[in-house]
Amino acid sequence: MSSIATTQPVSARPAVSFRTRLQDALPRIVLAPSFAITLVFVYGFILWTVYLSFTNSKTFPSYDLTGPRAYERLWRWTFESDPPSSWYTSIVNMGIFGFLYIFICLALGLLLAILLDQKIRGEGVLRPIFLYPMALSFIVTGVAWKWFLDPGLGLEQTLHQFGWTSFHFDWIKNKDFVIYTVVIAGVWQASGFIMAMFLAGLRGIDSEIMKAAQIDGASPFQLYRRIIIPLLRPVFLSAFIVLAHMAIKSYDLVVALTSGGPGGSAWLPSNFMYEYTFKRNEMAVGSASAVIMLMTISAIIVPYLYSELKEKAR
Amino acid sequence: MSSVASSAAGLAHHAHPGNRGRWINRVVIYSLLLIFAIFYLAPLFVMLVTSFKTMDEIQNGNMLALPQSPTFEPWVKAWGETCVGLTCAGIKGYFWNSIKMVVPAVAISTILGALNGYVLTKWRFPGHTLVFGLMLFACFIPFQSVLLPMATILGSLGRFGVTLQDATGFSFGFGNSTVNLVFVHVVYGLGFTTLFFRNYYEAFPTELVRAAQVDGAGFFQIFRRIMLPSSLPIIVVTVIYQFTNIWNDFLFASAYAGTGDAMPMTVALNNVVNTSTGVVEYNVNMAAAMIAAVPTLLVYILAGRYFVRGLMAGAVKG
Repeated sequence: MSSIATTQPVSARPAVSFRTRLQDALPRIVLAPSFAITLVFVYGFILWTVYLSFTNSKTFPSYDLTGPRAYERLWRWTFESDPPSSWYTSIVNMGIFGFLYIFICLALGLLLAILLDQKIRGEGVLRPIFLYPMALSFIVTGVAWKWFLDPGLGLEQTLHQFGWTSFHFDWIKNKDFVIYTVVIAGVWQASGFIMAMFLAGLRGIDSEIMKAAQIDGASPFQLYRRIIIPLLRPVFLSAFIVLAHMAIKSYDLVVALTSGGPGGSAWLPSNFMYEYTFKRNEMAVGSASAVIMLMTISAIIVPYLYSELKEKAR
Repeated sequence: MSSVASSAAGLAHHAHPGNRGRWINRVVIYSLLLIFAIFYLAPLFVMLVTSFKTMDEIQNGNMLALPQSPTFEPWVKAWGETCVGLTCAGIKGYFWNSIKMVVPAVAISTILGALNGYVLTKWRFPGHTLVFGLMLFACFIPFQSVLLPMATILGSLGRFGVTLQDATGFSFGFGNSTVNLVFVHVVYGLGFTTLFFRNYYEAFPTELVRAAQVDGAGFFQIFRRIMLPSSLPIIVVTVIYQFTNIWNDFLFASAYAGTGDAMPMTVALNNVVNTSTGVVEYNVNMAAAMIAAVPTLLVYILAGRYFVRGLMAGAVKG
C-alpha cells in the first residue's frame, strides 16, 4: 500500500493541481473504506435486522412487512412464567446473571486489588494468576468448569472421596440453579481483569492525599472507605460499563458450560436469538430479540461514549 | 507509578498499632490471596492433570491427584485421531484452520487500524469525531444484531463463488469459509484497532508531522518514516488483542463455519466435547481443550503486560 507514496517530482503543470488535490484528499481516501465498511456492515446490517424483525421471516428472510408481530409475541412471552417461555427464562436469567456477575466481579476485583496493593511479596506471580482466565476462550474454560461442576466427576465426587459424603452440588443439572453455575464461571473469567482495572486506579491515586489523611489520623479502613474508594469512582464506572456489556454479549459460556441447560433453562437472550434464528426457523422473532439486545446495550454505552468523546473534544 | 503505590501501602502499615496486629494482618492478607490463587488456578490445573491421565485413573482416582503414570496418549489422540462430528482425524486440521483465519485477519485489521488512527489524529477533517464515534460504537454492538444479514450476504457470495468456479474454474475465495471469517473478523475488529491506534497517536507530537510536511514529506512517507517506527508498543497490543479475540471467537465461527472441514478450533472443540456417542474420553477432551488454549496462553505468558494494556485500552475509552 505504501507504494502509492507520492514523492516523484511532478513536471507537468495541470498535474500539479491534481496532485495537490489528491494529496489533500488522501487522508480521507485512506479512511473511507473502513468508514464505509462500518456504515454498511454495522449500521446497514442493524437496519436490515430491524427490518427483518417486522416481517414474518421463518427459515428464510422474507421482505414483506407484516408489522410488529414478532415484538408482540416477545411481549406476550415476557409474562408467560408458568410454564416459562424460552424468552421469559432468557430475560430472567439475564437479570440474575447480569446482577450477580457485575456485582461479584466488582466486589471481588476491588478486594483483590486492595489486597495486592498492600506491598505484597510475589505480586508479580499472583497478578497473572488472577488474570489468565481472560486470555482463554469460554469454550476452553467451559470444558474445565463443566467437568469441575459435574456431580459424578468433579467437586462433589472429590469431596466424597475426602470423606464429606453428605456434600451435594448438582446445580449444573438443576434447571433452577444452572444459571448460577454460569455466574461462577463468568466471575472466574472476568474478575481478574476488573482487579487489574482497580489496581491501575489505586496506583494512580496521588500519594499526597493519602499522606494528608494519614496525618489526620485516619485508620486504614477509614482511609479506604472515605478516601480511596470514592476516588476510584471513574474506575467503577468503566468497570461497570465493561461488565454490563460483556454480560449482555455472553453467549459461548452458556453453550460450552451447559449446552443451554436442561430444557434451555440456562439460556440468555443471546442464546435465545441464536436458537430461534438458526435452529427453530423463527427468523423474525430472533431478529426482534437481537434488536432488544442492541437497544439494551445502547442505553448503557451511548451516554457513556458521548460523555467520553465530548470530554475529549474539550 | 509503583513507587507511589509502595509509599501509599507503606503508609497504611504505619497506621497499625503494635507489631502483633500487623503480623496478623499480613497473615490474613496472604491467606486470602493464596485461597483466591487456588480458585483461579484450579480449573487449569484439573484440565492439565486430567489430560495426562488414563481413563482408568480418571474413573477411579481423585480429580486433583497428579497422574500416577503420565501418558501423552490423550494429547496424541486429541491431535490426530479424535472424532469431530463424523470425521475422526483429530483436531489438527481445525487448529490450522484457526491459524489460517487468525493471521490474515489480525494483519489486515491492524494495518487498517493504524492508518485510520493516523488519519483521525494527524489529518483531521470536519466531522472526524463523528466518524470515530460511529466506528467506536461498532465495538460494543451485540453481534447478534448483524449476524443474520451477514449470513445472507455470505450466502450470496458463496453462490457467486460457485458461478465463478463454473465459469473460470477458480472461485477467487468467494464462498470459502476461512476467507469469510477473515472478512467478518476484519470488519468487526476495525473499531477496536482504530481505537487503539487513535488513542496512541493522539499523544504523538503533531509538530513532528507538520515539520515533516513542511520538508515535503507526503502522507504515506510520514506514516512510514515517522509514525510506524515509534508504534511498536501499540502494534504489539493490537496484535495480541486481536489474536486473542479472533482465536477465541465462537459466535461467528459457529454461525458461518459451524460444520464441515473449515471449522475453526473453538467450534471443533465444542463438537469434540459434546459428542455423546460411546464412552466420553475426558482425558482426550481435556487435551483438546489444552491444545485450543495453548496459543493464547503462550501469548499471555510471553507478553502478558501488553495483553493487559490492550484490555485496558479497550475498556477505558476516550
